[in-house]
Amino acid sequence: MSRRVLLYAGLVLAVAVILLPVVWMVFASLKPEADITGHPAQLLPQHLTGSNYREVTRQIPFVRQFINSVIFAGGVTVFSLLFNSMTAFALARLDFPGRRVLFVAIILFLMIPYQVTLIPTYQIVAKLGLMNTFPGLIIPRATNAFGIFFLRQFFLGIPRSLDEAARIDGAGDWRIYARIILPLSTPALLTIALFDFMFNWNDLLWPLIFTTSTKMETLPAGLALFMGQHVTQYGVVMAGATLTTVPIVIAFLFVQRRFIQGIATTGLK
Amino acid sequence: MRRSGLQARGGLSLRARRRLSAYGFIAPSVIILGVFLAWPMIWSLRTSFYDASQFAPPTFVGLGNYRKLLTDATFRGDLVNTLEYAAVVTPISVGLALAFALMLNRRLRGRSFFRASIFLPAVLSLGVMGIAWDFVLDPNIGLLPRWLQHAGLSLGNGVHDPNWAMAYVMFVGIWKNTGFYMVMYLAGLGTIPTDFYEAAAIDGAGPWARFRNITWPLLSNTTLFVFVIAAIASLQAFDQIFVMTRGGPFFKTETLVYLIYRKGFTDFDFGYASAAAWVLVVLVFAISLVQNFYFSRRQVKY
Repeated sequence: MSRRVLLYAGLVLAVAVILLPVVWMVFASLKPEADITGHPAQLLPQHLTGSNYREVTRQIPFVRQFINSVIFAGGVTVFSLLFNSMTAFALARLDFPGRRVLFVAIILFLMIPYQVTLIPTYQIVAKLGLMNTFPGLIIPRATNAFGIFFLRQFFLGIPRSLDEAARIDGAGDWRIYARIILPLSTPALLTIALFDFMFNWNDLLWPLIFTTSTKMETLPAGLALFMGQHVTQYGVVMAGATLTTVPIVIAFLFVQRRFIQGIATTGLK
Repeated sequence: MRRSGLQARGGLSLRARRRLSAYGFIAPSVIILGVFLAWPMIWSLRTSFYDASQFAPPTFVGLGNYRKLLTDATFRGDLVNTLEYAAVVTPISVGLALAFALMLNRRLRGRSFFRASIFLPAVLSLGVMGIAWDFVLDPNIGLLPRWLQHAGLSLGNGVHDPNWAMAYVMFVGIWKNTGFYMVMYLAGLGTIPTDFYEAAAIDGAGPWARFRNITWPLLSNTTLFVFVIAAIASLQAFDQIFVMTRGGPFFKTETLVYLIYRKGFTDFDFGYASAAAWVLVVLVFAISLVQNFYFSRRQVKY
């Protein structure tokens, strides 16, 4: 009995600390400036105000940057889902010269810190004339080693007898990929889709480097630049932070169960 | 001319057609990975042997940049900071993740809520949330220092305290990733057959004995995976440092990635930044290899 109480106490305390900055962010966005910096520090707002939200949408092209974020994160997610699953299928099911080399390369790429390639990638994108364009933001990220590795592991867990049966019935590789492997991998595909979406939605450095106009920036980049110029407007910054965070939290709550199930069934063994 | 394999009507052998189809599947990824990952890597390795900047044509300096790194006190400090950060954050994150996973793997009221809450930081932007933490941890206006003061605890002088700054960014780093590793451990726990525990219970094994003899060894594959991911992530710490301390005070929180960013994108010293980046690559590779070797010898199959 007492062990159960102790367990709950520990969990509640841990969750309180974990959620503290999120709760504070939302409350601060609803507070007048004086209340945020006032003594002593309070968590709950004393006076509610919507002016921080009005200000942040007035001071940055919020709707435009929201759409940019959706196109960037959504585009990367769609393309990488397609390309990664195709490559993962080839690695898991097809036999071709160079398969081992490709797999070893994927493992090596998994370990590459992306900051290492940032400068040359910047120069390549600039040379292709793709700076400040959606293709420039999306194409370099339209596939990634982690997604390929992750999906390959999942595909290996699908019984081969299923595609052998289909092959005897005359199905080709593409048919097996589209009609058997993909439908059986929905949890893994959803998981990796959410990974890709949230990573790109949250990413700061990439859009900061590959866009130079306010109209092409994504929300986190727009917010970071705004922050650099208006450090003192805490409430406004937190209103922007809240609006940037809300979509990803909603997306997470929607797929939360399948997401965790997806990781659980992806055979990380 | 000798031909092997079946001859198909179209003129291509069955094997050749199979290969062609396979290459069709991998083509988009291979092209993109080649152009935007493999080639940039080779290019950055080449750049590391040059004195290169945004404005002047590059000149070959051989190992000059690497020699400069060795004698640069800032670089050596950054290297120590990076290793220190990884050495603290990796085991604490993984340990906490395992503890949370064990707590939340049983039937428990509110289990979904606890799981989702602990996982939540993994989906949030570290850059954005770093700012929120900065406020919450602020010694003057922050909530946490005020509450801890009531308990008689002190958090030093905030992120500008040279003795505490590193602890602050480490804490936020642990906060960000623990939930993600917990989910991986939950996945690992889900693969352990329950009859193992039933058998152990019949044999009269206590909770510790069950953990020591069943859970821990059967989780070794998960632990390998989580540890490698956690260590690599720790070696790349950047976002919360960028918004909370900018590497300060006195470079106390400057990591390798921060140095690469500072040298590359504010000083435009591409050669030096590339050399520092390759030190990071070697570090990440070395740790992956050591861990792989260590764990592969004691991997458990079941």
